[in-house]
Amino acid sequence: MEKTVIDTANHIAAYAAKAARVQVVAAYPITPQTSIVERIAELVENGELSAEYIRVESEHSAMSACIGAAAGGVRTFTATSSHGLALMHEALHWASGSRLPIVMVVVNRALGPGWNIWADLTDSISQRDTGWIQFYCADNQEVFDTIIQAYKLCENEQVLLPAMICLEGFILSHTYMPVKIPDQEKIDEFLPPYKPKWFLDINNPLSHGNIVTPDWYMDFRYMMYEAMENAKKLIPEIDKEYGRQFGFEHGELVDKYKCEDADLILLTMGTIGSEAKVAVDNLRREGLKIGSARIRVFRPFPTEEIRKLAENTQMFTVIDRAASLGMEGPLATETKASLYNQEDKPLIAGFIAGLGGRDVTFKTVEKIAKKSLEWMKKGKVEKETSWVDVRD
Amino acid sequence: MVTIKELPKEEYLLKGNTACAGCGAAISLRLLFKALGNKVILVVPACCTSVIPGPFPYTSFAVPVQNILFEATGATASGVVAALRQRGIKDVTVVGWAGDGGTFDIGIQALSGAAERGTDFIYICYDNEAYGNTGVQRSGATPYGAWTTTTPSGKKERKKRITMIMAAHRIPYVATACPSYPMDFINKLRKAKEMKGTKFIHILSPCPTGWRYDTSKTIEIGRLVVQTGIWVLFEIENGKFKLNPPSNGLVDKAKRKPVREYLKLQGRFRNLTESDIEKIQRMVDEDWEQYRKMMNQSV
Repeated sequence: MEKTVIDTANHIAAYAAKAARVQVVAAYPITPQTSIVERIAELVENGELSAEYIRVESEHSAMSACIGAAAGGVRTFTATSSHGLALMHEALHWASGSRLPIVMVVVNRALGPGWNIWADLTDSISQRDTGWIQFYCADNQEVFDTIIQAYKLCENEQVLLPAMICLEGFILSHTYMPVKIPDQEKIDEFLPPYKPKWFLDINNPLSHGNIVTPDWYMDFRYMMYEAMENAKKLIPEIDKEYGRQFGFEHGELVDKYKCEDADLILLTMGTIGSEAKVAVDNLRREGLKIGSARIRVFRPFPTEEIRKLAENTQMFTVIDRAASLGMEGPLATETKASLYNQEDKPLIAGFIAGLGGRDVTFKTVEKIAKKSLEWMKKGKVEKETSWVDVRD
Repeated sequence: MVTIKELPKEEYLLKGNTACAGCGAAISLRLLFKALGNKVILVVPACCTSVIPGPFPYTSFAVPVQNILFEATGATASGVVAALRQRGIKDVTVVGWAGDGGTFDIGIQALSGAAERGTDFIYICYDNEAYGNTGVQRSGATPYGAWTTTTPSGKKERKKRITMIMAAHRIPYVATACPSYPMDFINKLRKAKEMKGTKFIHILSPCPTGWRYDTSKTIEIGRLVVQTGIWVLFEIENGKFKLNPPSNGLVDKAKRKPVREYLKLQGRFRNLTESDIEKIQRMVDEDWEQYRKMMNQSV
């Protein structure tokens, strides 16, 4: 039976891992991810989840153990955050290059110094080029649904890449929300047991991860590039299929809200996207034609959808909860790159907000939108990147 | 105890591999499969054995191999063991096969974690006392006085006692071996295979490339390192220390050959002075005082 639970995104993530019937979990605790691995430990010890739980001694080992387990041919899960993800960096490359469909929850948190445990997307954005699919969630229901969908996506033979499901620390990780958990039998139908294309098999002894010379390496990378392109096509299909079966769709690659007639579209990721929807409604009451486009998938990047959105609007305002120091907000960069070869481009303004857990409410978003509208009227973006509410 | 005549004829380290001539690790790999057969999954970090199979699409291993990051052998083996358990596979032995850099230095954390968790696998450190694959740089396993490319005038520090570190994890089996004593190594592997939990075997693996000796002398060098008492064949089974032949006959100093006989054959010790050699002899003799006290004791 489908049931509604009211719980934090972290506990919901643990329930999603259970619903996906993961077989090996290897994890190391880090704030604000801890309540995921604590809940999984409980589920394993009380027999609700018949998985192996490897209590590793670091995040590097967590991912390395996941690689061993996934190469061993079983469905594998882990979760981390911030410095833990940074420590995993090397192993992230090995996981994707080994074409292992590992799913990992990343609870987005700032990197030190100084120690800061609050929301910031810099941790996962820094892993942009590791060959991992990246989803960004805006509420707890999306966290549950995306974890289930991610296994279906990653285990597809056209993809065979790992995915990180990102959710912002405390804003989602420790916030209670109602979530519908579908009937387990139906989840099993949607996500059948993992059948690996290959695994460490004594009857078919292969060497995995051997030396690869320049003659082959690039071809392997190209296959990963193609897998990402395939993922871009499959994510909307899987989202729709899930929606048909369970009633929840989350907007495929981009969650669009009132964009059709918008003069100005707010581009965001994660929970700022939820605040943007409130801001859009408020501003529309003032007669301003604003829309919101929340980027759900950062890798593969939804270039085509961004281009389509750009056709009928005058301006994009990009709000990043991350900064690429020495450049701008990472989503701003990707958005501009997507449009460079297009003929009629909208103006694009970048705003950086909410780093290290500073609140970004609909009021912040409204302020950003109004500033953008001023520039739109002038036909000129006066400041390429604006840092919101920083001290002079 | 198995005898040499009873060993299987099958070879699972195939011909045409790219190991150096006289490579102690390649000999040890061959022995590994003689002991364990082919129901083995190898987990191999960055080390000479990442090169020995040759480049994609070739491999010289007739068993499945998971290559993995330099520091990750222990953790990745834990993952493989967990996957086998989930799949209900009980007759496959997981073997971590790492060099001294990947064991003593960069990989010690993951190894320690795996041992503390009691991961059911055999971890083998094939120790050629330097980072051989990158061109002979000093490691935590390089002995006092040895030349390496990063200790051009000889290493000033002593080799880490990794077996004692592993024994401190209270794992069921810790042993040393050397490819010059194949039956000792094979019998230790067979014993380890039958035990549950983490088993650690430390092989001293002579390396003509890094130690600067003629490629025909690997077995001789391996014998000398044991006969001089520099390398000691022992096992610590459920905490109890036991010397193995021929080391158990070398407690009396008079039975041991002088260290000079081993050192003089190798270019890496060419720069040692008389007083250095005397110092190394003293170090070995002092170590033996400890081994004598440890004999048949719990450690």
